[in-house]
Amino acid sequence: MLSRVANSIYWMCRYIERAENVARFINVNLNLLLDMPSEKGKHWEPLVMITGDQLLFEKHYRDFGQEAVMHFLTFDRNYPNSILACLAAARENGRSIREIISSEMWEHLNHFYLELADARGAALALEDPHRFFRIIQMRSHLFTGLMDCTMSHGEAWNFARIGMMIERADKTSRILDVKYFMLLPQADLVNTPMDNIQWTAVLKSASAFEMFRKQQHHITPRNVAEFLIFDSQFPRSIRHCVSKSQVCLHRIIGSSPGSAQNMAEKLVGRLKSELDYTDIDEVIQFGMHQYMDSLQKRLNQVDTAIGGTFFNLKPLVETSTAEQ
Amino acid sequence: MKSFAVYDPGDFYDELVDSSGMPRPGARLLVEKIESLPEGDLTLRQKAAEAMLLKMGITFNVYGRDEGTEKIMPFDIIPRIVPGNEWKQIENGLKQRTFALNEFLQDIYNEKKILKDKVVPEDLIFTSRTYRKECEGFTPPRKIWCHVTGTDLVRDRDGRFYVLEDNLRCPSGVSYVLENRRVLKRTFPQVFEASHVRPVDDYPTKLLEMLEYLVPPHVQSPTIGVLTPGIYNSAYFEHSFLSQQMGVELVEGQDLVVAEGFVHMLTTKGLKRVDVLYRRIDDDFIDPEAFRPDSLLGVRGLVGVYKAGRLAMANAPGTGIADDKVIYAYVPKIISYYTGEDPILPNVPTYICRNDEDRAYVLAHLDQLVVKAANESGGYGMLVGPHAAEAERAAFAEKIKAEPRNYMAQPTISLSRVPTIVGDRLEGRHVDLRPYVLFGKDIYVQPGGLTRVALVKGSLVVNSSQGGGSKDTWVLKEI
Repeated sequence: MLSRVANSIYWMCRYIERAENVARFINVNLNLLLDMPSEKGKHWEPLVMITGDQLLFEKHYRDFGQEAVMHFLTFDRNYPNSILACLAAARENGRSIREIISSEMWEHLNHFYLELADARGAALALEDPHRFFRIIQMRSHLFTGLMDCTMSHGEAWNFARIGMMIERADKTSRILDVKYFMLLPQADLVNTPMDNIQWTAVLKSASAFEMFRKQQHHITPRNVAEFLIFDSQFPRSIRHCVSKSQVCLHRIIGSSPGSAQNMAEKLVGRLKSELDYTDIDEVIQFGMHQYMDSLQKRLNQVDTAIGGTFFNLKPLVETSTAEQ
Repeated sequence: MKSFAVYDPGDFYDELVDSSGMPRPGARLLVEKIESLPEGDLTLRQKAAEAMLLKMGITFNVYGRDEGTEKIMPFDIIPRIVPGNEWKQIENGLKQRTFALNEFLQDIYNEKKILKDKVVPEDLIFTSRTYRKECEGFTPPRKIWCHVTGTDLVRDRDGRFYVLEDNLRCPSGVSYVLENRRVLKRTFPQVFEASHVRPVDDYPTKLLEMLEYLVPPHVQSPTIGVLTPGIYNSAYFEHSFLSQQMGVELVEGQDLVVAEGFVHMLTTKGLKRVDVLYRRIDDDFIDPEAFRPDSLLGVRGLVGVYKAGRLAMANAPGTGIADDKVIYAYVPKIISYYTGEDPILPNVPTYICRNDEDRAYVLAHLDQLVVKAANESGGYGMLVGPHAAEAERAAFAEKIKAEPRNYMAQPTISLSRVPTIVGDRLEGRHVDLRPYVLFGKDIYVQPGGLTRVALVKGSLVVNSSQGGGSKDTWVLKEI
């Protein structure tokens, strides 16, 4: 398929996944604050930290109040990672590959964006934020479902999946990183008494609470981190996302698992093996923040390698035309 | 309220009702249906249709604004109905005209017989901005130049159809024909079914067959693509829609390179050869090496590959000469010259400003005429005399005197009208008709075409860039 098309579908899905994750963070935070009204002032800054865009925020907003942060993350068109900006970008990418994706996907994405951009969207966000952010998540899920059921699982679909998985892995690592930093300033305190509510919130940010409960009974920082990084079956764990990216990559190239023909396959393969053969105690020893930081860097390298391998093809072009 | 009971067809040819206000034969079912609707229902249906178009993303973009304003192409749900026998005439006329124009193109770029026989003045050809010297001596695959044509027809007060202009470069709008139909089937399902409307949906299939017909003989499994200027082009929706419907690649200039004598696409698995391009980029921009060097949209070296026979392209470069608005005046003669027949579809009478006598008449009657520049489109470079201010007419007179070759004039046609929803009632609005013609193994005329409607009261300008909208066009089966 065309490199430009592969690039567009990859980014379309990354942007939608990004928008969904931002909505998820905000919603969980809103829920959390209902239980802890006294904490209200402190709990919005970490949301901006998760995105890694504090500097940009501080440039345009005065304080980390609920309204400012929610506006920044949801409706700020000048902030490229706000939900609205992500959806606008996803839609522009979608528009440029309308002939590749199914009409159902395009029409849904179009509708998703138009409703969000409508003034009534902003009104609902203020009036009933829980419902508003819930709708965003559900629409993202609907998009994923439509992609799954109305589009052939060929090359384009596999690129879409990789975009989604890389983005999701990155976001899960950021949630964990920030919450760990906030809740456990001294990272060696394993199994200390901790705030059960807050760690539940971390799990909920990744829609992981119920599935976690089925695996582990005690909500400890260690267990939560282990689940979100290493669980092999939970669809938002980092390991699962990397593993699925690898599968899609092999499908695109037609190579068998365990082999690598290009930089993208090599880097994904190495990351996958490391996640397969590392445990949570080693991570804690290494330092949670350091580990998350290196994971994010490596996910970025994978992204760059995918770009170099598939999207930015620069052939040697003859300057002379055909003989006449 | 009965919409048609109070509808006034005025002093024009109305496509749905006769001068006494009675429905024309093919329109009876539709008129009865509309009359039977409860109050306000027609407006609701119109709103539902607009919502559907917005949902499908059939929009024009206004870029560079924060809100990302988008508008749907204005659409009116009252269809225009063309009886089968009238259509037969249009179809035959368009086939004849397209065949002749194609012969003309082949001739003027090669033997130039028609110029030697002085049917068309030679200097008119060589002074046209759309004449491509680069095409001299060239014969395209299967000798076809104008693969896709959109011919603008108008109906005058006398009830006859006339050809207003030919579009042989990159005529757009066919996707609206298909999407308008999709919407209208949901708007008036029973009437549609009972009226025996001929389907328009096989256009993409016919287009694909035409493109496949052009595949160079040495190619086993061809790659076909639609070449678009990109998502910021106002017809992008159409490019994407057609490639999706045909199941072919949609490519931009940046996706293509010329290497080893062929055109290739940049794919995730390396270079892939392209054999046929349905290009929706104008000649000027298609190849910076051949035409405009500052073009960023095109592909360097593409025309060289094309001329070497390693790529087929629709339409061929150089077809613009045949839709020059001054050459237009000669098309009836061109038809007779190549076919030996009289034209089936007449031209609108035309004054050619380079002829002294015609020019004197035009300058003396500017308040009654429509003046057009030879190579403008989209309603630009045009003077509608009766509706223009004195100063505008004076300015246009100067332009004509300065560059007579570049202008022609026609009497103002009283375009026919179709009832159109205005507020909660129906009013007549002027329309034209653009049918689409494909030239492949044989010549195919899509039964329908785009009915463009001037939504502004009294206006005769139907172009979407000038406040025009569209309607579905129902061509009825001959019974």
